[in-house]
Amino acid sequence: MSNTVAVNRRQFVIGGAATGSGLALGLALNPSARATTSADAGYDEVNAWVVIDPNDQVTIRIARSEMGQGTLTGLAQMVVEELECDWDKVAWEFPTPGASHQRDRVWGSFSTGGSRGIRGSHQYVREGGAIARSMLIEAAAKQWGVKESECSVSNGVISHDKSKRATTYGAVAEAAAKLAPPLKVALKDPEVWTVIGQPVKRLDTREKLTGALTYGADIVLPGMLNAAIKDCPIVGGSIKSYDAKAIEGKPGVRKIVAVGESAVAVVADTWWQAKTALDALPIEWEKGPHADLNSAGIDAMLNEGLDADDAFVGNQNGNYGNAIAKAAKTVEARYSYPYQNHATMEPMNATAKWTPERCEVWCPTQNGEAAHAAASEAAGLSLAQCDVYKTILGGGFGRRGAADYVTQAVTIAKAMPGTPVKLLWTREEDMQHGMYHPITKAKITGGLTAEGELESLHVRLSGQSILAALNPGSLRDGMDPLQFQALLPNAASGPSADHVFIYRVPNLLIDHAMRNPPIQPGFWRGVNANQNVLYLESFMDELAHAAGKDPLEFRQKLLKTEPKALAVLNAVAEKSGWGTPLGEGRGRGLAVCKAFGSYVAACAEVTVSGDGSFTMDRIVAATDPGFAVNPQQIEAQVAGSFVYGLSGMLYEQVTWKDGQAEQTNFHNYPSMRIADMPEVETIVMPSGGGWGGVGEPTIAVAAPSVINAIFAASGKRLRDFPLGGTKLPTA
Amino acid sequence: MAKLNINGKTHEVDADPSTPLLWVIREQVGLTGTKFGCGIAQCGACTVHVDGQAVRSCVYPLSAVQSETKITTIEGLSENGDHPIQEAWAELDTPQCGYCQSGMIMASAALLANNPNPSDADIDAGITNICRCGTFPRVREGIHLAAKLASPAKTSKSA
Repeated sequence: MSNTVAVNRRQFVIGGAATGSGLALGLALNPSARATTSADAGYDEVNAWVVIDPNDQVTIRIARSEMGQGTLTGLAQMVVEELECDWDKVAWEFPTPGASHQRDRVWGSFSTGGSRGIRGSHQYVREGGAIARSMLIEAAAKQWGVKESECSVSNGVISHDKSKRATTYGAVAEAAAKLAPPLKVALKDPEVWTVIGQPVKRLDTREKLTGALTYGADIVLPGMLNAAIKDCPIVGGSIKSYDAKAIEGKPGVRKIVAVGESAVAVVADTWWQAKTALDALPIEWEKGPHADLNSAGIDAMLNEGLDADDAFVGNQNGNYGNAIAKAAKTVEARYSYPYQNHATMEPMNATAKWTPERCEVWCPTQNGEAAHAAASEAAGLSLAQCDVYKTILGGGFGRRGAADYVTQAVTIAKAMPGTPVKLLWTREEDMQHGMYHPITKAKITGGLTAEGELESLHVRLSGQSILAALNPGSLRDGMDPLQFQALLPNAASGPSADHVFIYRVPNLLIDHAMRNPPIQPGFWRGVNANQNVLYLESFMDELAHAAGKDPLEFRQKLLKTEPKALAVLNAVAEKSGWGTPLGEGRGRGLAVCKAFGSYVAACAEVTVSGDGSFTMDRIVAATDPGFAVNPQQIEAQVAGSFVYGLSGMLYEQVTWKDGQAEQTNFHNYPSMRIADMPEVETIVMPSGGGWGGVGEPTIAVAAPSVINAIFAASGKRLRDFPLGGTKLPTA
Repeated sequence: MAKLNINGKTHEVDADPSTPLLWVIREQVGLTGTKFGCGIAQCGACTVHVDGQAVRSCVYPLSAVQSETKITTIEGLSENGDHPIQEAWAELDTPQCGYCQSGMIMASAALLANNPNPSDADIDAGITNICRCGTFPRVREGIHLAAKLASPAKTSKSA
């Protein structure tokens, strides 16, 4: 059985000259941004997704960004599954947002975030592959004068058994490209998939082992100059003045450029010269309205929210107020989670070339179309006059969904018409101008019956909304629905279905007192599920202990209506040997949730020594993403999620003093290293029926599993994050 | 003009003696496989070999390099990308975003050159590079695998 889908013809219209001269330029100047090898070489575009050359090499166009999460390979697997070509002859390229704009957004959204790379595009990329296959078979059948239905295809070879004829995709691609796409295509049933679900190797590994891959920071264009930038480090501040003359004669310096109201850039022959000169530039800052912003003030603001009367209700059932008043036992706890910076290993950068007629940008971005729009606006040119050539990203984690660095690069390039300029941030600039994971606190109250059953629960969140700053139009009557990730009521579909509060509690109230300090928030890998699940799963553990119950059994009982959540929880409990003794100073901890459409659970084992230092020894993790496209890449994402989540739990925090982030580089914003890394055992248990994300959900269970294990090992409950290292805080 | 021996080739470069080796390698010599991550020797993305030892080139001034100093970058670690560490990394699909991996590979290759069969504790002590994607489990596995792959006939150029 297979699904038949109606095809929107417009989406798959065959392009003639798909590429403009700008695209060709992009290729010529940046060998790594492969956009276009295929089309410019005159090879045949069967449709927007698939280009086949006479030697049977199939080039697959990938609109989403690749930042390590493996989406590039996963999407290629999906096209290949339906196309039935030879995996060993697959290449890939990024189409440009400019080409997409010219072709009526043929590649759909370029945005790569929210663990949506696969699940947001599986349908149309599989259709793209199926349509191309159908057209290639039709071309062969026409050449042979036989029925298409009598032809079969395997590994890019089309056969007609009756007449014992065979040909290859490469041989018929030109003829196929001239055909009209079919009105309907059949997609394969998951049961017969042979490429989707296989642990194939990534398509982008080799170049990452030899230094050959060109990241945005590595771009070199003929005649290119280099820019370093300093933006006012004080939130809301601007430039009062700077003394350009003081550095004009320094080696290599070409120009000093004001960038907007708040930043200044130095353009020089080399980046090191630009950075050195900029360090010597006397700048006087206009401190602006937030010069006395500090962490203590933000803390007080959020604490007030924990007890405030007004809050947005994100989820409720029963009557919490009545029920808690009758509880045999109540438990209450407060938690806090800080501002955090993405700190992608590759600092923000973009290379721009501006002329009065055209603007081109080379950059790592999670959202090619947003970068394109930012380039157009900063350039003062139409979208058709601009284009963006994406590179592979040296980390994204949500930070590169923003295009602030593109605006800056184009602004600088505009001051030097015709000259390409590469803007590269210092790590200090990155730490001080983040789109920070916003700060929150929680106060959670639970009511138990005399038998220790959870009868009522109130989760009060207090803290900063991301959408209020980034996309106020998506607030619902002032409420930020995203704030409640992993705490939302069940729904059949949509964002709420992806982030469900999984427990069945008879009287539930989950609300949010929005408190927005004037700090720029952003989407940080895992977003609000990270702290919401840390709060909730820590508290479930506290409740279980208060009720005198085993934390596994306590959860199991509340998960009767969520069999998939129960399944991942049971899987980690079983594999970790839950219930078997670990010995003195050792303990296990559990956490489970649904986030980004996937069910995930973790069981951590820790050892706490007499001096209070602890080690994270082993973590068993289970993931049910619905369909699993590439199990070995899911394992990599799960392991990586522990690094991101545990690094946050242990170390990462941005604090504020005199309107400015106190952290400046990795010495005062530490990131986890290999010595801290626990052994991770991953169970990938796809149950089908849907498409969940894998890049983010596991982060949410990383910290609470460890925190609960620390409690089991030491009796010490930790509620304020980060911990500050691998030693229990003494306070 | 300073003379540098990088990956067995001599390069003449014109840069201020205080310029970090990282930027000389990237901007004067044009080898961009060595990455900039922090500028203060914290993250290790800029790791190269200087006379066989792993150094963080972002704080290593040009003035500290002599013309006979042998510098090896990721591009020169092996002729065909087949150093045991690179082979192990390919086998395990270790890189995610890959940006830290040049430094991770160079640090791992140096560790292996000094200690052909490192224990987990040796790896913990010797590999202090930052990876934000979280490749650590495959880095550890990769070092152990490379130790197995390495044979006397197949040694690192810079070792």
